[in-house]
Amino acid sequence: MSSDPVAGVTPGPLDGIRVVEYGGDVSGPFCGRTLADLGADVVKVEPLDGDPARHHGPFPGDRPDGEHSGLYLFLNANKLGVTLDVTGACGRQVLKQLVAQADVFIDSYPSSSPTAPGLDYAALIDDNPGLIVTSLSPFGLTGPYRDYACYDINVSAAGGMSYGTGFPDREPLSLPLRQSSYLAGFAAALASAMALLARGETGKGQVVEVSETEVSAVLLNGYHLPTYIYKGVPGRRWGNRMSLGLFPNCVLPASDGHICIDTPQLEQYQRFLQLLGDQPWSENPRYRNRRAMTEEYPEESEALIAPWFRERTKADIFELCRQNRVPCVPVKTIDEVVNEPHLRQRGYWQERQQPGIGELTYPGPPYRFPRSPWRLARPAPRLGQHNGEVYCGRLGFSPGELTRLHQAGVV
Amino acid sequence: MNAKNPATNPDAPMAAARRPLEGIRVLDLTWALAGPYCTLHLALLGAEVIKIESITSLDAMRRGDYALDGDLERSPTFNSVGLHKLGLRLNLKQSAAVALVKALAEISDVLVENFRPGVVQRLGLGYEELRRSNPTIVFASSSAFGSSGPLRRYPGYASVFSASGGLGHITGYEDGPPVEIRDSIDLRVGATLAYAILTALYHRRNTGTGQTIDLSSMEAIVALSGHTTLAHVLTGETARRRGNRDDAMAPHGVYRCRGEDAWISIAVATDREFRALCGAMGRPDLARDARFADAYRRLRHAEELDEAVDGWTRNHTPHAVMRLLQKSGVAAVPAFNSKELVYDMHLQARGAWRNVDHPRMGQRRVQGLSWRTVGAATQVSMPAPTLGQHNDFILREVLGVPTDEVHRLDAGGVFE
Repeated sequence: MSSDPVAGVTPGPLDGIRVVEYGGDVSGPFCGRTLADLGADVVKVEPLDGDPARHHGPFPGDRPDGEHSGLYLFLNANKLGVTLDVTGACGRQVLKQLVAQADVFIDSYPSSSPTAPGLDYAALIDDNPGLIVTSLSPFGLTGPYRDYACYDINVSAAGGMSYGTGFPDREPLSLPLRQSSYLAGFAAALASAMALLARGETGKGQVVEVSETEVSAVLLNGYHLPTYIYKGVPGRRWGNRMSLGLFPNCVLPASDGHICIDTPQLEQYQRFLQLLGDQPWSENPRYRNRRAMTEEYPEESEALIAPWFRERTKADIFELCRQNRVPCVPVKTIDEVVNEPHLRQRGYWQERQQPGIGELTYPGPPYRFPRSPWRLARPAPRLGQHNGEVYCGRLGFSPGELTRLHQAGVV
Repeated sequence: MNAKNPATNPDAPMAAARRPLEGIRVLDLTWALAGPYCTLHLALLGAEVIKIESITSLDAMRRGDYALDGDLERSPTFNSVGLHKLGLRLNLKQSAAVALVKALAEISDVLVENFRPGVVQRLGLGYEELRRSNPTIVFASSSAFGSSGPLRRYPGYASVFSASGGLGHITGYEDGPPVEIRDSIDLRVGATLAYAILTALYHRRNTGTGQTIDLSSMEAIVALSGHTTLAHVLTGETARRRGNRDDAMAPHGVYRCRGEDAWISIAVATDREFRALCGAMGRPDLARDARFADAYRRLRHAEELDEAVDGWTRNHTPHAVMRLLQKSGVAAVPAFNSKELVYDMHLQARGAWRNVDHPRMGQRRVQGLSWRTVGAATQVSMPAPTLGQHNDFILREVLGVPTDEVHRLDAGGVFE
């Protein structure tokens, strides 16, 4: 086991589960991270030139450095890291040895990628019958598009997310912040947890296959898909509004940014009207039908309340709305999120020393379990940081063998 | 497992293989989208999910425009997220109804709720109360802002926690206001809660202990884009709206095609991909143009590239562009709308669509889980329950309430 100190003493729910992750960028690594956060022991295998996420800026001081990418550092915390060239027979053999000891193998390099290991999943499970192989790819392992080239923006488009995001008279927008890949990685972690539960019953592992675009398509089940399947009308873009809602449910400008208001319950809306003070329009029948206001004449309706927001700051609006229990919040910029008092009081942020950088503040857990805690035990590995520990300590290579692999360009 | 009353649900399909959560009973006190999407996962994985609802506080998805013609039994979205669940109609404003929930909680493995923090405790259904009779229960709570902190009682819906978590601000055109992300916000919160519950069940199986789960929807949004706040702390830079632009790739956009509201997404990372794109467009001059000689220069001249690509794509259909560009290894996929997804040949070939027969809406296409397993396909065959559809089964078979007692409770309005 690792010699690094582990922060918590209470075991996580996935303590003792060994994961080998062979994946770059967002989806596979986020799957690995999500398992590692709950105690799984994750060995990240990187190609010799590193995970592509290492090239993703912004960088401190605008100086690109593969060890200083926020994307890489976030997605790969809690893991051990080794390098391996799996394109040759020797490297592939080493990867097989690692996988033979694992409970879960995450593979997210598409078969078309030059760094794909091209492993036969069935053979891996033959050698290690309890093994769960979690495969992530843009379109899955079967079907006519399976070998299509695809980046995050294409996943967002192919999964139907883009078409519904943006203004109706402008181009569809891909989800920002690599959301389609994050969502796919999270679905893969969920599928892996399912397979671990299933293995408890039978002792048998299995291949779990995640199509990144289908993960997005399934998430359209709130509005876009049902509206076509049951009404024959494809969902459309609604700009700064929510479909199927009641007025007001939109984003509006404040004096120093934007706010977002959504008051589905009548009492919430009435409290909001009281906040606005005496508004003669609110007695006009045209402005008493909240559904028509949002679907038939939204600009006209929003113009009635827009001045109230425009002449106030986000903070003043929020304070008034909070006191009056009206769901209306600032659309927070990222620095505002980081300084959000509620998150601070909940102890959300996790401060950790980052070698070579200093203290860094990481986002905390999306869920809290008192008896099997989420943990942030170690920073993301430097390129090849744990080669010795993993290859010698776990696979039993001698220092001489490791040197030879190194000289042969395998690690 | 708490299989103290292993009754067999009469509507359950014959499963080909044992499903991972078979024998697990889930008491579902959630409504709207996030909570029900969480328990949908548990239901499709084989758990017996008992959804509690009442005409006196009807699920939001059965109301308003969510229901066809305002008919509470004809809600598309309710059906989509309610598959394979049992429906128990109980008016929790009646103390006898709360007592029945308590009795169910004693023989359940998981309770999921998304009331505002404090409400279950007021009902006498809090964890501390329930653990006395069921010490190993997994008690999962989901709310907008979590169960502690100054905003814990503040109500919020998808757009509110997306805005609070920073995602809302980054979504939109470079020159426009923040725009809404429809659909996936609630559902991603539900998926996050489902993962927490599966791992808590795994923990319970290994240690015999139950526990509480406290999920804040806002925190789930932050965690699902965690690099953004970390990069801010690291560099002081604050991410902003970029439309479809990327930090490294150009062209990188969604371009207009021939047809009504027809679009294709195209992204180019390498010189090889760029040359292939220029070849397919019949524009070898662009491939030789010094402004576009490498990724860095293409990024600096992204606007000119967008114009050139847009001028070409608008003469072709999205599928024609996809076929042509994919043939030469360029990432190009249409921005599918929901109709195109339903008829998409790839999703069809992968069996993404199943049919269920809904008693009031007929045969309808639904989806199951997003992933595939070999040899243990999840069957999807049971529609969402009608209001109170499984009262008889749950009261008599699961709880063993005598018939005359059921009549007495009914007369008292417990099953409203």
